Amino acid sequence: MSPEMRSAPARLQGAEPTIFEKSRPGRVGLTLPPLDVDRRPLEDLLPRDMLREEPPGLPEVNQLEAVRHFVRLSHRNHGVDLGFYPLGSCTMKYNPKINEDVARLPGFAGLHPYVPDDLAQGALQLLYEMEQYLCEIGGMDRVSFQPAAGAHGELLGLMLIRAYHESQGRPRKKVIVPDSAHGTNPATAAMCGYAVVEVPSDDRGGIDLEALKRVVDEDVAGLMLTNPNTLGLFDENIAEVARIIHDAGGLLYYDGANANAILGISRPGDMGFDVVHFNLHKTFSTPHGGGGPGSGPVGVKKKLEPFLPVPLVAFDGQRYYWDYDRPQAVGRIRSFYGNFGIVVRAYAYIRALGPEGLRRISEDAVLNANYLMTRLAEIFDVPYKRRCLHEFVVSGTTLKKETGVRVLDVAKRLLDYGVHPPTVYFPLIVEEAMMIEPTESESKETLDFFADALAEIVREAQEDPERVKGAPYTTPVSRLDEALAARKPDVRWRGPAAG
Amino acid sequence: MVSQDRYPEGLRYTREHEWIRVEGEEGVIGVTWFAQDQLGDVVFCEVPAVGSRLTKDEPFGVVESVKTVSDLYAPVSGQVVAVNEELESRPELVNEDPYGRGWIVRVRIENPAELDDLMDAEAYRAMVEGSD
Repeated sequence: MSPEMRSAPARLQGAEPTIFEKSRPGRVGLTLPPLDVDRRPLEDLLPRDMLREEPPGLPEVNQLEAVRHFVRLSHRNHGVDLGFYPLGSCTMKYNPKINEDVARLPGFAGLHPYVPDDLAQGALQLLYEMEQYLCEIGGMDRVSFQPAAGAHGELLGLMLIRAYHESQGRPRKKVIVPDSAHGTNPATAAMCGYAVVEVPSDDRGGIDLEALKRVVDEDVAGLMLTNPNTLGLFDENIAEVARIIHDAGGLLYYDGANANAILGISRPGDMGFDVVHFNLHKTFSTPHGGGGPGSGPVGVKKKLEPFLPVPLVAFDGQRYYWDYDRPQAVGRIRSFYGNFGIVVRAYAYIRALGPEGLRRISEDAVLNANYLMTRLAEIFDVPYKRRCLHEFVVSGTTLKKETGVRVLDVAKRLLDYGVHPPTVYFPLIVEEAMMIEPTESESKETLDFFADALAEIVREAQEDPERVKGAPYTTPVSRLDEALAARKPDVRWRGPAAG
Repeated sequence: MVSQDRYPEGLRYTREHEWIRVEGEEGVIGVTWFAQDQLGDVVFCEVPAVGSRLTKDEPFGVVESVKTVSDLYAPVSGQVVAVNEELESRPELVNEDPYGRGWIVRVRIENPAELDDLMDAEAYRAMVEGSD
């Protein structure tokens, strides 16, 4: 069946006008009752310099038009509840709906962040227990839930590393990242005032140990690593890497982006890491994409605990309470205590699965990735001939050479199959890279559908490359000029176009 | 003809895919045809200020494309005497004419001996095509 046959119903095709274009002067969504007090001019109520000279250009529509507009837009979204979403390094797994029920329990959903500790014992207990779970999963000693997402967790992690070195006498100067790292790693290190030193990967996809030894000295504050890395490969030399860094007095930061591969199997703390962040919105099944919100808790080994932000949850044997008595803390990095409702969802996930279930998650994620990689090895180049973990990278180099079709075109053509494309052109060390993470959630049928779709696209590229280069065809808008959009961004509604 | 356009004679090349054209005591620097081909459509160039100093092999600017963001590495050390201001409004010149109107900076070369470390067109072509 050609992908065009599977296209969305006609009512969802075509561009949806902006809500401003639907506006008609005087149309309202609610009719207010007549005013029963004296009308006073705005100028009497607010300082004149706080008043607009012209009313804001808000759209004037009725309720039904507003509802239809946003429902129609929502139908144009792609999400994991709608179709396959193998976006590498993003762990777009199923979000169990029971998580939502738990987060909506009135005791959690209706809790005001300023209620006294005594009226929030259940919520505090949940945070306290969740901290223990993440300590156990990560091999850490304490966890802060303040960071609102992964990159925020990285920022806190590097602030903690800096605080630790400062307490030892000097902050040190540089942070090492491998060339396969997520872009956020060097960005975070630079933001914390460190020079970034890149080390190359070896031909097995791990850190080149000799290159590492050459750059390690007394100025190294730490090394940031994702393990398994962005190639989906576990760094087999991690113990040696940790020894080299620790011998020079540096610390190891574990980017938890790929933690879905290791649950219940190996622990960053046991690998030698001193700081770790988890992405609850990846590994622990809370909503990802569309604004999340995210949650990037940071765990540390004992020696970094004094620097964790205030407050932490403590338990005196009888009651839970906020511990603010932390004189060496780096401060507060977010209001209240992070995205609490997200922690509740992740807690529900962990409690539903238990230790054996979590291990099974990672085993199935690795199995799915290896199955898919084996199937795709027949149609794409595989740069590293190894078993992968939860994700893998294939390359379209041969395809591009033979047909002129790039993996960008393949990604666009996948949209016509109702599939979210994989991550493309990352990691940077693989040419024409496609980074694929199926997650444990998907059935064999879905994996086969995806592999078949890619085989069909490759065949089409050989027979009719222009067809692939023009994709997608069945989406509300077709191929966009991304270069023009980036060069001349036009992101603001300025009223109806003249004429 | 095409291959000549891709690796013009008379320029010196870096392993990071920058080129430099020596003009008296100054050098004009840009990225190679291969670099812009790998980057894809360039959407933004961050260039150093006139008067700032480049250090050989150190990053001096950034090229951003729809695919990726990439550092520019200095082929030689020297003071920036001019930057290509046209790139601000027309970054696509890097794609359209990498050895001409897509030039990036002009520097006063501090130490001409540093040029000896760079490749000529033939060596650069061998590096690029050998890696295929």
